[in-house]
Amino acid sequence: MSLTLTTYLIVGATFALYIGIAIWARAGSTGEFYVAGKGVNPVANGMATAADWMSAASFISMAGLIAFLGYDASVYLMGWTGGYVLLALLLAPYLRKFGKFTVPEFIGDRFYSKPARVIAVISLLVASITYVIGQMRGIGVAFSRFLETSYEIGLYSGMTIVFIYAVFGGMKGITYTQIAQYCIMIFAYTIPAIFISLTITGQPLPQLGLGSTVAQGGYLLDTLDNILVDLGFSQYTAMKGTTLNMFFLTMSLMIGTAGLPHVIVRFFTVPRVRDARLSAGWALVFIAILYTTAPAVGAMSFYNLINTVQPGEIGAEEGNLAYDDVPEWFSRWEETGLLGFEDKNNDGRIQYYNDGNEAFAATAAEYGWEGNELTVDRDIMVMANPEIAQLPNWVIALTVAGGLAAALSTAAGLLMAISSAISHDLIKGVINPGISEKGELLAARIAMAGAIVIAGYLGLNPPGFAAQVVALAFGLAASSLFPVLMLGIFNRRMNSAGAMAGMLAGLSFTLIYVFIFKGWFFIPGTNMLDDVPANWLFGIGPQSIGAVGAIVNVIAATIVSRMTAPPPVEIQELVESIRVPRAG
Amino acid sequence: MASSKEEAAMAYWKENVRLLITLLIIWFVVSFGLGIILAPVLNSIEIAGYPLGFWFAQQGAIYAFIVLIFVYVFKMNALDRKYDVHEE
Repeated sequence: MSLTLTTYLIVGATFALYIGIAIWARAGSTGEFYVAGKGVNPVANGMATAADWMSAASFISMAGLIAFLGYDASVYLMGWTGGYVLLALLLAPYLRKFGKFTVPEFIGDRFYSKPARVIAVISLLVASITYVIGQMRGIGVAFSRFLETSYEIGLYSGMTIVFIYAVFGGMKGITYTQIAQYCIMIFAYTIPAIFISLTITGQPLPQLGLGSTVAQGGYLLDTLDNILVDLGFSQYTAMKGTTLNMFFLTMSLMIGTAGLPHVIVRFFTVPRVRDARLSAGWALVFIAILYTTAPAVGAMSFYNLINTVQPGEIGAEEGNLAYDDVPEWFSRWEETGLLGFEDKNNDGRIQYYNDGNEAFAATAAEYGWEGNELTVDRDIMVMANPEIAQLPNWVIALTVAGGLAAALSTAAGLLMAISSAISHDLIKGVINPGISEKGELLAARIAMAGAIVIAGYLGLNPPGFAAQVVALAFGLAASSLFPVLMLGIFNRRMNSAGAMAGMLAGLSFTLIYVFIFKGWFFIPGTNMLDDVPANWLFGIGPQSIGAVGAIVNVIAATIVSRMTAPPPVEIQELVESIRVPRAG
Repeated sequence: MASSKEEAAMAYWKENVRLLITLLIIWFVVSFGLGIILAPVLNSIEIAGYPLGFWFAQQGAIYAFIVLIFVYVFKMNALDRKYDVHEE
């Protein structure tokens, strides 16, 4: 059976499963639509949260990112997992005790202020919409690459599937499809990882394989360090950025993770406060299975790639692979454009090295090398794995289904956050508080359908700045939402004026800092300073500034709240009540 | 009666915050301390094929995060019972 046919069958089977779940899990009330009736088992919610969290980028691109960045990619590994500790300890149990439907709703009630709720809705919409564009693109790209359809048809298929289970099932439908999607994506990720670990290190567990020895003897990481240095790169395991920037980037990603509404709201769906705590633990277990495997996949497939093109001694004429002898997977990926070869010195062999390293230029010239001849897209590190490990076609097809599951599950979670912010926070909360339960449920479904159409439109016509804005989503969540949520729980004295001042100060500080380097509203050419480390404030890059924005937020909120009247008694009582699981 | 209830609530909250601070210090040390600030130094120590700083940054910190959350769950359940604020 051909690969394309197998892929169609497996992807088709997973889609049929999602539709089946949609029919079974229809939502009958707003409670079911927004928070799955608060009846989700904590382990199941952990799994759904993991799928909600791990996006197309986590599944397809992260291992490749780690391969090319080496140690420096640790910021993403720690940043996107450590945030769950903050979420579990500082937010999830208390927000669950509060017991309503959305994150802006908590901010509006706790700070007894509609404007505060509206600011929270705006932060949520900007963060979630920018994030969802990437998922839509992921779906379109996966279809066009592997199912040989056009990008548009792929995107429409993805939109239709999400439409079926999100519009009818709301959070309930999304939760149960996310559980199925988690199982598919983790299976698709770990099976090839185990085989590539066996092939390269003889160790089945990738987490241990990363510390094992390779066929030529010597530890994998040592060998990789040495080869990379011999090719003019930095050591794989050494730090290349500055400590300070890595520190703040990790902190921004952690705080941003804990402040992203589509993740927080998942903890509203469990029955009790203790389930919210436990569920965060399970979520991290399920996330960690992929996040501890990814560094092994990155290092091993990178090692494999270098070994393929540089089988012999570095510098020797026969040391590089002749282009006529490339393995089958190499040619196949060359066709997709993700691998590229250009024979710059016309020797018919492939040279991969760091031609940007001036100190290495003389050595390269001595070898007769005239520039790096191999360009590698980072997505290939995951997608080509099954072929490199010579696994059967169904495993390759499963990897495609896994990538789609990752994109669909995250897209659905984001669309849920967007649509409930519109129907519950804007329509019911501000515009028409008298709306009936039935009316609100209908409004929620229409908002969901509208959000899907808008996300699809943006996926078809992505704004040029989409990639940069994703990094901004974390900065926004870190500098606006997380600090006020935390202050709302831990600082009883925090009042409406303080929260508003904090959110506005944190947001504007972060936005202005990013715009200075990336251009005002990301319009190219309008940046006031070049985005290079020399210009950064204390060497902290625009991606890392969210953590500083969070500090600005806390300081502004604290000062303003001290200068204004304390919150009303009933608000202070609300804070007391969310602090204990069972209100006396 | 009301005041003793309030005192109990305050004591519960204090113990909760103390636990949070302890766990967050560990959270900070394993990731920012061992995984970033001390990583270049720790990398000179190699255990089972891993430079130690690199291991903390790409594996160890994540395992530690999981342990931290489950310790929190366990301790908080005990604390809830101690102050009789647990859910049925």
